[in-house]
Order: sequence, then structure tokens, then C-alpha cells
Amino acid sequence: MAEETHKQTLETLPETEAGHSLWQDAWIRLRSNRAAMVSCVILVAIIFSCFVLPIFSFIADPAEIELSTKNSAPTASHWMGQDQLGRDLLSRVLHGGRISILVGLITTTVSLTIGVAVGAIAGYSGGRTDAFLMRTVDVLYSLPFLIIVILFSAVARGQTDALTTWLVDNTNLSHDSIAPFTGLIPLFVAIGALSWLNISRIVRASVQNITGQEYVEAARSLGLSHGRILLRHIIPNAIGPIVVYATLTIPSVMLFEATLSFLGIGVQPPYSSWGILISDGADRMLSNPLLLIFPSIPFILTLMSLNFLGDGLRDALDPKSSKD
Amino acid sequence: MPPLLDIKNLKVHFHTRNGVVKAVDDVSIKVEQGEIAGIVGESGSGKSVTAYSLLGLIPMPPGRIEGGSAIFQGTDLLKLNERELNQYRGRKISMIFQDPMTSLNPYLKVSSQLVEPLAIHENITGKKALHRAIEALESVGIDDAATRIHSYPHEFSGGMRQRVMIAMALITKPDLLIADEPTTALDVTVQKQVLDVIRTLQKDTGTSVIFITHDLAVVHEMCDTVNLLYAGRDVESASASQLIQNPLHAYTRGLYRSNPSNHAKGSDLHTIPGLPPNLAKLGPGCAFRPRNTIGDPSLCLTDQTPELIEHSPRHFVQNCPGCLAKS
Amino acid sequence: MKDIARDIGSRLLQGIIVLFVLITITFFLTRALPFSTFQDEKAVPDHVMEMLEEIHGHDKPLYTQYFMCLKNLATGNLGTSIKLMEGREVSEILSQAFPVSLVLGLVAMAFAISIGIPAGVLSAMRKNTRVDYIIMTFALLGICLPNFVIGPLLAELFGVQLSWLPVAGWGFTQPSTWILPAITLGLISAAYLSRLTRAGMLETLNQDFIRTARAKGQKESTIVIRHALRGGLIPSVAYLGPAFAATISGSVVVESIFQIPGIGGIFINAIQTKDETLIMGPVVLYGTLIITANFLVDLIQLWLNPRLRSHSKS
Repeated sequence: MAEETHKQTLETLPETEAGHSLWQDAWIRLRSNRAAMVSCVILVAIIFSCFVLPIFSFIADPAEIELSTKNSAPTASHWMGQDQLGRDLLSRVLHGGRISILVGLITTTVSLTIGVAVGAIAGYSGGRTDAFLMRTVDVLYSLPFLIIVILFSAVARGQTDALTTWLVDNTNLSHDSIAPFTGLIPLFVAIGALSWLNISRIVRASVQNITGQEYVEAARSLGLSHGRILLRHIIPNAIGPIVVYATLTIPSVMLFEATLSFLGIGVQPPYSSWGILISDGADRMLSNPLLLIFPSIPFILTLMSLNFLGDGLRDALDPKSSKD
Repeated sequence: MPPLLDIKNLKVHFHTRNGVVKAVDDVSIKVEQGEIAGIVGESGSGKSVTAYSLLGLIPMPPGRIEGGSAIFQGTDLLKLNERELNQYRGRKISMIFQDPMTSLNPYLKVSSQLVEPLAIHENITGKKALHRAIEALESVGIDDAATRIHSYPHEFSGGMRQRVMIAMALITKPDLLIADEPTTALDVTVQKQVLDVIRTLQKDTGTSVIFITHDLAVVHEMCDTVNLLYAGRDVESASASQLIQNPLHAYTRGLYRSNPSNHAKGSDLHTIPGLPPNLAKLGPGCAFRPRNTIGDPSLCLTDQTPELIEHSPRHFVQNCPGCLAKS
Repeated sequence: MKDIARDIGSRLLQGIIVLFVLITITFFLTRALPFSTFQDEKAVPDHVMEMLEEIHGHDKPLYTQYFMCLKNLATGNLGTSIKLMEGREVSEILSQAFPVSLVLGLVAMAFAISIGIPAGVLSAMRKNTRVDYIIMTFALLGICLPNFVIGPLLAELFGVQLSWLPVAGWGFTQPSTWILPAITLGLISAAYLSRLTRAGMLETLNQDFIRTARAKGQKESTIVIRHALRGGLIPSVAYLGPAFAATISGSVVVESIFQIPGIGGIFINAIQTKDETLIMGPVVLYGTLIITANFLVDLIQLWLNPRLRSHSKS
């Protein structure tokens, strides 16, 4: 009798709401963050402009010099005017954007690789390995970043010169085609070598959190190797914070490249970057302020958008965000 | 003699992204002078929100007091502004909370936290205040109070931290103490000690107490009267002895029946099936109907919300026929 | 007492390790620079070259040079410059420039702290109001604008257009020369500090013990200062160490922008000429400043958060 009443009652229970997965929840939260969504649009627009537009012929050649019209204001054929050598500024900004964004992305990837590896190993192993790795991170974190990178860049340049020469000698690539690429490598390495520190801490915390949970013990008891567990189970679940910090690392890397370029040890000719354009513009601020303003706008927009997006991702993925 | 605190038709709603959560939806409770009044209910029943709203501790952007009154010594607490409320908080009405570890400031010594109410309300500082604080610690049974008072909260055990909270709450000799699940986060053995402390102090000082809990056994040990809440509404209220002798509502009866000690060894345990309702989607009608296995769910109200009626002297219950029916 | 000594001792040790790592990294990087030390326009007589090489130990294997370097540094001997200034003592070259960089760095940090932290507290107390949005937007701009843009802009505005402040040079007796460079240098730290303070305060204000303080009838402003600040400042204070390191780094750029005769310029030139001792000297000075700052910050953190102290494990 009681059983029947129970069944009856359960049938009339109000339906529970359809559950959302964690990712769906996060996506909904992110969608409602207007700043983050606007930033996405801006980023897509900027990336499209820098990587796709220059393919078309209406964008001038950034290297074409025309001294007769140097420092001129925007016209129909030169939407951002021309720089101190008469080069089309719009084109220079777009091409410069390619380099800046590429440097940002590749360096962040380098950073991520190192940071995730170190953080995951530290968090998963615990004990002495963890203590050692984290002490190393602490020590490195205290070092004056720029000072070391300046030194590092100078050294790396020497090494990549050697690499370029070796490549030229041993393959049939010309010096001019390789040199710009290999010239960027010192940047990737130098900046990437020290910007992984924050990521490693975050990953470690994440991994520690997950490792403590029981499904990892279950996997161990099934005989899965440590590496497999790390790769297949732990890291995918730590993706959230990794994505957030990757998004927030890109702008700091780009800023770094700009500073190095300002000091003359960043991107080298014939390549140009937003950093170079901006520092050149700052030098010539009095004679032609547009040279500073035009490249600064996409640069600042990109950085701010990445920051908004990163913050938005962080709020979206953290269930106990202190926003409301 | 009028009751010390008379809560009438309290309504507190939270306006969230997912809709309006009716955390407290028409609750009325009376607390007499010198008595321990229990507020009992499951998580989400509205018991804590009721208490917090008395002192204006509900975060007011999402939360809003939609109606009702809470008359305390002649004043409606719900109508007071922040400055006026501060005259009552920690002075006439004190509160202790569920988790003593997080409820005490980890960065400040216990001494500075204990003397704070004295500095705010009685303008007593320095040695005099410290002296009172040490006395307060001794009154809750902490040995070596003069030395220990200069420690930090994390240097105390859980039960002792809760006693520190009690001392801090009673140091200004308030008229009403609100205890929000003070023993839920503690071990059973420690629970008893803390309850003893509360009971002894209450007898000594004559302070009235609102005791919030989900544990029926604790209720019967501590409380003179019991108010049972469900889904933000009060379901039944009576003196503790009357409630256990004559539970009227299906929910009350279900709770008592679910108590393992009421079952013979080896027999099936009684449970109340299902889950509490979603407070954002509460419609009219009896909120307990879907889970009513003891009464007669077919008689439960569906369009009208049940109201509280006085079934026998000082024994109130929701007038839902389905829940009052015997099975 | 013993525990405090232990806390201090372990932090000092960590500082020395940092310095040691810094020196080591610098040593090996310097040796790897793509320049030989003794290439010069002026032809140096062979026997002088040999003597110089011997003094600087270039004839010996690398690890011997390393230990020589360590030994020298441990005894406070910064050596002599190889390229520049024909054998002047490094310590003499730096003695003029170091105080300049030091004062610049300190003023910049003071600016960052005195602007950044109160801004963050204000933002947190007025969460989601216009004040909050304005402050956080400025903070974001501070993070995204490179200092070599901010510097010239400020110089243009306050130096040229308004003529309030000098735009270049440095005078110890003229604090007005400190203002623009210090602001340019400190702005990014101020921005980060304001964001961290806001986040820390918000997190702390959400805690249960704040509710307890309210239940005691405490005023809101007193709650913020007495109860919330100590916990809320923790992320910001933790950042002060790296902030100082970043300020040191940034001084190299700012000194260049405002033509300030600090260590930064010397350092950069020395790299271009691979002047080993003149590279190591500034690095050691920077490093010492940083570990001192980190040590002080650690002490502050211990004071702020009693749970970090080793004697207080429950």
C-alpha cells in the first residue's frame, strides 16, 4: 500500500530542470558578458584585417617608399596617410599586425607548453618534485624579467645567426627568405622562456585539485600509467584555467615584444610590428602624431579585448564568481 | 505580556537571473520573553533567511523584503535603516552562525574581536574591555582565558571557537540571541557541550533565543516552542511537548516518523520521498502535496495557499485538508 | 622567538638563492654574447691584450672564470670595466648612476602603491557603480599602454603644452624632474595593484566573518578598514615583489625616454659591447634591490596574515 502511494507520488513530482553540463553553463555565462562578446567581435575583425585583407591588391605594398608625399594626412588612396618615408601607413599597420599577433600566439604556445608540463608534473607528483619545481618557479619569478630577456635576446640572436647560416649552407633556401623567420626565433624563445611561470602555477593548482578527486584513484587502480592519466584525464579537466591564462598571456607577451622593439632588440627589419610602428610614432609624435595614433589603436584594442575576453572566460568558468 | 519579537507575514524574495526565488513566503513567528524558540526545516526552507532579515543581513540587491513586519520591543525591525539597525545589532539582538571557523576573522586576535561590541555599543575600551572579555570567555567554559584570549581563531578547536562566538554575542547582554545552526558543523560530542553552554547561559541571563536547526532531536533538547518551516512557509508551530505528542501536519508527522529511533530494528526506514520544491517556481496551493504520503494528497489545496490557523491553544498549523487528513 | 628567526632565515636564504641564480644566468649569458671582448677600433698592443686577458681570466676555462667571478662578487669587488672608459672601476662608474635609478624606482613604487591600492579599495566598495567602471577602465588602459607611449604623451601634455614639469634629465635637488618618469614607470604597477586589490577586497567582503562584524553592529567603513583590508590586501602585497622587479626592469626603458642618467643606459651599452663586468655590475645591483624588496614584502605578508607564521600551525 505504501509502495503504491510512493509510486503515485513520484509520478506527480514536478519535473526537475534539464541539467546543463559545466561547459554549457560556462558558455551561457560568457554569452551574457557583453564586454567579452564585443571583444570577440573586435578580435575577429582585427585578425581578419591583418591576415586576410593584405592579400587583396587594394592594400598597398608596405615597403614602397615615396619620399615626395612623406608624412601626409589620410587620403582616399592612403586611408591612414603616409609615414616618414612615404609608405602607406594602413598597409604597414596591417602587416605589422600580422607579426605582432603571430609573435603573441607562437610565444604563448611556447609558454603554454612549458608551463602546462611543469605545472602538471608538479601538481601530479607532489612531494619533493613538486617542492623543487615550485621553488624554481618562485626564484625565477623574482628575477627582473626584462633585464634577462635583453641579455637573452642578444645571445639568441647570435645563435640564430649561426642557425640561419647553417640553413642557408645546407638547404637551398635563400638567406633573405629565412633570415626574417629565424630572426623572430630569439623573441619566441626569450619571452616564452620566462612567461610560463604564471601558467605553471595555475596548472599545478588545477591538477592538484583534480588529482585529489576519486576518479583519478579509480584510474590508477585500473592500472593506467601516470602519463596516460595525466594526458587523458587530468589535463582535459584543467583546460578551463589553461584557456583563461593563455588568453591573458597573449597581451602581456605582445606588450613585451613592443618594449623589446622599442629598445631595438625585438623584431628586426625588414619585418615590422606594431611595437616598432608605435615606438617610431612616439619618436615622431611632434611632427606627425598620426604615426603614433594609428598603430596604437589596433594594438590597444587587441590588448584590451584579450583582457576582457580572458576575464570573461575566468568568470564564466568559475562557478563561484564574485560578480553578482 | 506582549511577545519580545512578533514576526508577522514575513516575505523575502530574491530577484536572481533565473527568476524570483521566494525564500520566505509568509512566515509568522512569536518569541516570548525568556524562552528558546526553535525554527526547524530542511535546507532551503527559509529558516536562515528569516533570521537574517531581522538584522538586515540579507544582501539587498538580489534580496528584498516584500512584506510583513517584525516588531521587537515596539519597533518594526524591517523598517529601520542601516544606522538604526546598528543600534540593535550586537547590542539588543546578537547572532551566532553555523561555521565558527569562517565566522571569526582569521587575521585578528580573539581579544580584539571580543572587545569590539563593547567598543561599539558601550564605549568601553582598553583594560576594562579586556577584563570583560576575559570574563565572557570564562563564562563559556574556556580555561586559562586570560592567556588564550590573545590567540588567533585558528589556534582554537571547533567547539571552542563556537564558544568564543557565543561569548562575543552575549558580552553586551542582549535581549535576544539568534543561533543559526550553531552545532551543525561540530562533532556530536562537541555539540552537546556547546548546547549545554547555550542552555546554561540562557538560564542565567534570561536572554531569549531563536534556535535554528534541522535536527529534531536538538530541538526537543533545547527549545520551548517549535516553528516548522517548509518551502518558505510556516507549516506548524506549537510548544515542543505538544508538537511531539500531537503532530498535525503530514510533513510534521513524516519527519517524526522518519526518525530512526522510532523504528524497530530491522524494519524499513520511513522516508519522505522527493525533493523540496524549486522556490523560484512556487505556485499557489499546498507546497507539500507532491510529497504527501501520510495524509491524503487528493484533498490538498491546489488554487489557494494554505493559511495558518489556531487548531488548539497556541498550536498553529496550515489549514490544508490533505495534509491534515489521517491516512 | 625561534620561529620568527626561522621565518626570517628561510626568506633570507631564498633571497640569496635568487641572487645566486641571477648572477649565474647573467654570467653564462654574457659569455655567450656574440662579441669578443677585446675587439676594438683602436688596435690594442698584443702584450696589453695578453695582460688584460689574464686579468679577466679569459685564458682560463669557463668554470674557473665562474668561480673567480663569484669570489670577486662575494668580496664586493665589481671589477673594472673592460671596454668602456679604459679600465675604470665598475663600482666607480655605477656609484653616480645607482642612486638615480634607486630613487626613480622607489618613487615609482610609492606612486603605484598610493594610487593603486586605494583605487582598488574604492572600486570594491562601490562595486558595479560608475566609479568602479571608471577606475577599472583606467586600470585596463594602464596595463595595455606601453610605457614608451605613456611617457612621451605625459611629457608632451605636462611638459610642453602646459609647461608644468621638465621633460628630461634628472636632478636630485629638483623633485619636479622625478614626477613624470616616476608616474610613467609606476603606472602599470598601479594598474595591476588596483585590479588585485579590488579582487582581493571583494573576495574578503564576501566572507562569513564580515557578516559577523555586521551582526555586531560595526560601521561599514570600520568593517572595511579593520576587518576586510588585512585579508583583502593579500593578493596585492604578494604582487609587490614581482611589481618591484618589473619596476626595475621598466626603469631601463623609462630612463631612455626621459634621458635619465641611471644604470639602465650603462647596462644596455655594456651589452652591445659585451663588457662583462659592466653587465654584471648593474645586474648584481638590480638583484640586490629585488631581493631586499622581496624580503621586506615577505615580512609584511607575515605580519598581515598570521596563518603563515610557522609557530601558528594548529
